[in-house]
Amino acid sequence: MSHPENAAEFLKDQAKSKWHDETLWFVRDKRDRISKTIPEWEELRNLASGIKDNVLANLGSYLEDFERNAQKNGIQVHWAKDGEEHNQIVLDILQKQNCNAIVKSKSILTEECHLNPFLEKHGVDVVDTDLGERIVQLLHQPPSHIVLPAIHLKKGEISALFHEKLLTEKGNEDPAYLTQAARLHLREKFLKAKVALTGVNFGVAETGEFVVCTNEGNADMGVHLADVHIASMGIEKIIPRRKDLGVFLRLLARSATGQPVTNYNSHFRSPSPGKELHIILVDNGRTAQLAREKFKNSLKCIRCGACMNTCPIYRRSGGFSYDSTVPGPIGSILSPGLDMKKHSTLPFASTLCGSCSDVCPVKINIHEQLFEWRQEITKTHGEMGKGLSMKLANGIFKSPLAYKISGNLMRAALKALPDSLIYHPINAWGKGRNLPETPKESFQQWYQKNRS
Amino acid sequence: MSSRENILAAIKGIAVEQKALPEIPDFGVQGELTETFIQSILGNKGEVLSKVEFESWLPKAGFSKIVSLSFHFPEASTLTLPEDPHELEDLGLAILDGQFGVAENGAIWLEDDNLGLRALPFITEHLVIVLDRKNLVETMHQGYNRIADAVSGFGVFIAGPSKTADIEQSLVIGAHGAKSLRVVLV
Repeated sequence: MSHPENAAEFLKDQAKSKWHDETLWFVRDKRDRISKTIPEWEELRNLASGIKDNVLANLGSYLEDFERNAQKNGIQVHWAKDGEEHNQIVLDILQKQNCNAIVKSKSILTEECHLNPFLEKHGVDVVDTDLGERIVQLLHQPPSHIVLPAIHLKKGEISALFHEKLLTEKGNEDPAYLTQAARLHLREKFLKAKVALTGVNFGVAETGEFVVCTNEGNADMGVHLADVHIASMGIEKIIPRRKDLGVFLRLLARSATGQPVTNYNSHFRSPSPGKELHIILVDNGRTAQLAREKFKNSLKCIRCGACMNTCPIYRRSGGFSYDSTVPGPIGSILSPGLDMKKHSTLPFASTLCGSCSDVCPVKINIHEQLFEWRQEITKTHGEMGKGLSMKLANGIFKSPLAYKISGNLMRAALKALPDSLIYHPINAWGKGRNLPETPKESFQQWYQKNRS
Repeated sequence: MSSRENILAAIKGIAVEQKALPEIPDFGVQGELTETFIQSILGNKGEVLSKVEFESWLPKAGFSKIVSLSFHFPEASTLTLPEDPHELEDLGLAILDGQFGVAENGAIWLEDDNLGLRALPFITEHLVIVLDRKNLVETMHQGYNRIADAVSGFGVFIAGPSKTADIEQSLVIGAHGAKSLRVVLV
């Protein structure tokens, strides 16, 4: 289904979609307030963007540095060209351990690779341990937001789910009570786990270490109790120096949720004695995106989600309307590179207001890339729904006489015509919008009467 | 070709304009260091205690299972650190020494040497980190300058208790890790 069709589905529950809109705006507002407390905020964004520019220009050598240093530290480094290869590497490690269960902390990359269904098909019990991710996993849904995976759900729905799956009290919707139930449920999983998987926020080339940030502590609970830690990392997550972490950790949580830093920021450099540490470096379309001059900057993304929280379309249409692993503005410039046909409506799911670019901590020109993708898509797939009306409008605006006549006609017509005609499906602008009330006269007529 | 060679060859074949790596200025914070740090910890839903306050709190809190690796409170332990972290499943309190704290956000740096077992600050029900007032820095930039080239298999910035807001954005303390963080400034 296209983005507009999915969005229409989400908007059917008006009270919930209004709540969704307001809640994400609240997160955006928190981000604004905390960023204003840092006088050098804009300088930090410039630095982060500059560091990432340097990374994109030297990606190969940084990856080789990272690999060499990580191996020196006792980390086993794997490379995967795509999701399929990544998933097979994870399965091989599990099978070598004779293990048929895995606990995972948040990793958008494994969502992108569709790791969970692959492992489940091979008889592996997969447990997502971030609370939001566990909730959507129990509902057999993907996350609807990269930082707030269950933001599309109300506590009543989560209460009903936990009553069914975790045997909590029927009707108890208290978030503290529900969280405690999940804590007990997941602690059991942590204590039994032999293999734990995490994502990676940053990989440091000069040291071969990598950093994982969480608020819940679930990544650490998983990996420190397990014998084997697997970390899945997109190749663009590399940064050159350890001190660059200072810039990125100052920006990440403030941009994501408006907090000064995540409560746990774990730096993994070598395995605990007797344990194994694996890292999988994944391409899956990233080198192809790097080769697209207009779109390569999208690889700077540090997955904070700020562009989603601010986006007037995302807030009102919900994460599922994008039908892509990464939704929202950044997803709409990443996903067409992976499958242009499937994601052809996403770059149009934007007002091009530019708010996404304004909040982006690494200064990706998201709205400009959305506009660029529109042109690519139109070239490949032809005009979209508004093509006919645009052509008509073009003819009218070109000729002053046609403009004058049609203005008079429209003012009369909009008053006289029945709604069924004005809001006919052929008029894309009438969908979900009220047309403005028409004035009695044109501006030109008004000016001649009053000012000339 | 292996995937490694494929990926590296693909990157090599792409001409990306060279951009110099920027130098990072030594940004500081406005305001008094200790007070800024305390406010940051409070904002992260932690607590800050003096040594005296901590010493009067500890017996009253009534923990039966305590592991203390702090040089300031070695006698507080009621059990020795096991080899297997699974045995810490019902640990009530861990007391650890932090290396330094960052005023701008309350993050406290700990390495393997401070942790004994990496699982310790996460699996414990409650966490106390002891920090010398002299070891406060302004921002993360000074924090990483301080870490410099130190080599530890694992290091972590802990800034507060385990928390989540995944249910309707309602903040709940105590998701999977420690349900509270008390920082003792000595």
